Amino acid sequence: MTVTASIFSTFGDALDFIVQPRTGRGGGEVGGLSNNLQLIWEHLKLCIVAMALATAIALPIGLWLGHTRRGAFLAVSVSNIGRAVPAIALLFVFFAFLGAGFANVALALTLLAIPPILTNAYVGVREVDPDAVDAARGVGMTGLQILRRVEFPLAVGLIFGGIRTSAVNVVATATIAPLAGVVTLGDPIINPSIYGEEGRLGGAILVALLAVLTEVSLAAVQRAVTPRGLRMQSSGRTPRGRLIASPRRRVTTTP
Amino acid sequence: MIAAALLAQSDNGFFRERTDSCVTDNGFCPGWFFGHIDRYTTPFLQHVFLVVVSVGIGFAIAFVLAVTAHRRRWLVGPVTNITGILYTLPSVALFFLLLPITGRGNVTAIIALTGYTLLILFRNTLAGLDSVPEDARDAGRGMGLTERQLLWRVELPLALPAIMAGLRIATTTTVGLAALAFFAGAGGLGEPLEAQKAFKTNVVFAGGLCVLLAVVLDAIILIVQRFMTPWTRAA
Amino acid sequence: MNQTRTIRTALAAIAALALALGLVACGGDDSDSSSSSSSGTTATTAQGTAAITKNADNASTTLTIGSKNFTEQQVLGEIYAQAFAAAGYDVKKELNLGDEQTALKALKGGDISGYPEYTGTALLSFFEVPTKDLPKDPAAAFDQVKSKFAEQGITAFPPTPFTSSNEVAVTQQTADKLGLKNISDLEGKSQNLTLYGSPECRGRDDCLRGLENVYGLKFKKFVPVDIAQRHEVLTNGDADVSIVFTTDPQISRNKEVLLKDDKGMFPPYNSTFLMKTETADKAGPDLPKTIALVNKNLTARVMQELNARVDLDKETPQEAAADYLQQFDLVSSGS
Repeated sequence: MTVTASIFSTFGDALDFIVQPRTGRGGGEVGGLSNNLQLIWEHLKLCIVAMALATAIALPIGLWLGHTRRGAFLAVSVSNIGRAVPAIALLFVFFAFLGAGFANVALALTLLAIPPILTNAYVGVREVDPDAVDAARGVGMTGLQILRRVEFPLAVGLIFGGIRTSAVNVVATATIAPLAGVVTLGDPIINPSIYGEEGRLGGAILVALLAVLTEVSLAAVQRAVTPRGLRMQSSGRTPRGRLIASPRRRVTTTP
Repeated sequence: MIAAALLAQSDNGFFRERTDSCVTDNGFCPGWFFGHIDRYTTPFLQHVFLVVVSVGIGFAIAFVLAVTAHRRRWLVGPVTNITGILYTLPSVALFFLLLPITGRGNVTAIIALTGYTLLILFRNTLAGLDSVPEDARDAGRGMGLTERQLLWRVELPLALPAIMAGLRIATTTTVGLAALAFFAGAGGLGEPLEAQKAFKTNVVFAGGLCVLLAVVLDAIILIVQRFMTPWTRAA
Repeated sequence: MNQTRTIRTALAAIAALALALGLVACGGDDSDSSSSSSSGTTATTAQGTAAITKNADNASTTLTIGSKNFTEQQVLGEIYAQAFAAAGYDVKKELNLGDEQTALKALKGGDISGYPEYTGTALLSFFEVPTKDLPKDPAAAFDQVKSKFAEQGITAFPPTPFTSSNEVAVTQQTADKLGLKNISDLEGKSQNLTLYGSPECRGRDDCLRGLENVYGLKFKKFVPVDIAQRHEVLTNGDADVSIVFTTDPQISRNKEVLLKDDKGMFPPYNSTFLMKTETADKAGPDLPKTIALVNKNLTARVMQELNARVDLDKETPQEAAADYLQQFDLVSSGS
C-alpha cells in the first residue's frame, strides 16, 4: 500500500516540477513552465534543423530513385542499415570524431533521419499505379513532369509517413544530446544534479509528451495530405480486397 | 605532508613513460580493439539477451493480439493506438518513467524494449493474416476445416512472410534500442560505448558490434523464414 | 500438414524460450552494475607477503561499494572493492552512480555501503560552508568533515595523502595571449570567454557559482559537458576555459595552464571513504585497517598515474586498481 502511495507521490513531485519553478541545487531557478518551455525550444531547434537537412537531402534522392526505378538495392539497404545502427552509436561517433556542440549533434541526427525519408519516398513513388504513369506518359508529360504532377502527389502520403517516422526518432534521440554537450529537454534526465530526482522524472514525462505530440500532429498532417482515394485502414486492405501499400504502414523489407 | 609521503614511497617502476600513441590520442586503432575484444564479450552477450527476450515476449503478446483482432475487428483500432503510443515513447524516457516502479535492472529495460516491438509485430502479423486470399479460406472451409484449423493450417502459413518481415524489423530496431539499456542499469553494448565515448576506436567498434548483431539476427530470421516457407523459394 | 506442425512447434518453442529467459531476467537481477566481480587478478605479484590478508570472519559481511562517475572515482572504488574482497568481505560494486548528490543519496538510502568522497566536495556541496569559513589545511578540512558527517551517522575514514582539487585550466596560448596567471586575472576578460564544465558545475560553489560569487566573473557562455571531456574541449578549441582536476595526467601532457586560486575559493580535496557508522561497526576492525593500508600509498603522483592508466592507456579501472594493489604489496595474485 505504501509502495503505491510513494509511487504516486513521486509522480506528483514530477508533475509539480513541470509547472512550478523552484530553486535548483546551487541557486539557479529550474523547473516551471517557462524554464521547461525553454528546454523544449532548445530540443525542437535541434530536431527542426536535423529534419530540414535530412528532408532536403533524402527526399530528392528517394523520389528520383523511385521514379527511375533504379537503386532498389540501395533504398532497401539504406533502410536496413539505418535501422541497425543505434542512434546513440551514431551520436558518439560524431562526438568522437568531430567533438561536442550543436552542429555536430545536428549532423548526427540528420544522418539518423535520412533512411526512413529516403526509403519511403522511393517506395511511395515506386508503388504509384503504373496505369496512372502510363496515362501521363501518353499525354506527353516529361519525366520530371510525371514525377511532379502524378507520382509525387500520389506518393505524398507514404513520403509523409517517412518524415513522421524520422521526426519521432529524432525527437527521441535528441533526448540524449546532453551527453554530447547540447542542452535539450533531455538535460534533466541525463544530468539531474541541479534539477533533482523530480526534475528527472518530470523531464521524462515532458519528453514522452513531446514525442507523442510530434507523432499525432504529423499523423494528422499525413492524413490531410494523402489523396482521399488512397486513404487506407491500417489493415491495408482496399474495399476491393487487394493489398496496396498503406500510407501509414512502415516499409517492410520483403524483397 | 605530501612531500614526505613522496619521499617515503618506493618507485618500483610503477610509473610509465608515455609517448603519444594512437591510443593515448583517442585515435582509431583497430589493433587495440582486437587486442581487447574480451572487454566487449559480456556487454555483447547482455545485448543479445535483452534483444532475444524482448522480441520473444513482444512477439508472443503481439501474436495473441493479432490473432484475436483478426476475428474481432473492433480491437484493431484500440490495440494499434496503444501499441502506437508505446512505439512513440522515447526509450530513455520510458526507462526513467518505469524506474520508480520496477527499479534499475534487466526488468525495466525488457519492459520498455518489449513495448517498443508490439506495434511493428502486431501490425505486420495482422497485415499478414489479412492478406490471405479469400479463395484460400474458402477452399479450406470447403474442406471442412474449423476456424481454428483454418487459422493454423491455412492463414498462418500464408501470413508467414509478413510475420517474418515484422520480426526482422522488430529485431533490428530492438538491437539499436538495446544500446540505451545501460541507462536502466541493464548493461549491453551501450555501456562500453558510453564509457569511452571520445575514444574513436571504441565508439566505432562498439557501434559496429551492434550493427553486426543486427545483421546476424536479421539473417537468422531470414533463413528460418526460407526454411519454413519452402513454397516461396525460387524453383 | 507437416508445415503446420513445424510452424506450431517453432512458435511454441520461441514463446517458451522467451518465457524462460524472461523468468531468468526477473530472477537474475543483481546490483552489480559494472562488469565481473573482482575475483582474482591476472598480473603476477611482487615477491613478499601481502599486507591485506583474508579473514574468514569477514565473509558474513556484505559491502556494496559505490563511486561517482569519473575516472578517478571509478579507480578508487575498484581499489577499495578489491581490497575489501582480499580482506575476506563479500563485496558488491555499484560504481559510476553519478554526481555527489546521487552518491550520498545512495549511501543514505542503503543502496551502497560506502564510497570515496572528497573533503572539499563535502564541505561545499553537502555542508554549504561559506567560502570565507573554508579551512585551508587538509587536516582541518578533514576534521570538520568528520564531525559534520558524524552528526548524520556517517563515518568519514582518515583521508588519502593526495588532494585533487577542481582547477581552472586554459591552454598555454590562451594564458600567453591574455596574460593569465591567477583566476582573478580573468576579471574583465571572462565575458568574452566560454567556460566548459560538468553539468553539476552549474550549481556548485567550487565551480561556476564560486567563480561568479567569489571572483565576480561572468562568462560569455557556460556549456555543460560530460566530465570525461574536460580536457578534449580545451585541446579542440571548443572551450576557452575548462574545469579540471589536480590529478589529471592530461594537464602536463597537453601543457595546460592551471590558474592560481588567489582568493581561496577551493578548499582541500583529500579523498575520504564514507560509510554509515552502523555498517562500519558491524564490519569489524579489518575495515579501518584495510582502508588505512590502501590510503597509505595514494599520493598525488600515484593517483595521477592510475588516472593515466585509464584515461590515456585505456585500461579498465579494474585493471588499474589491481595493478596498484599488487605494486604496493597490498594483495597477492591468485584466485
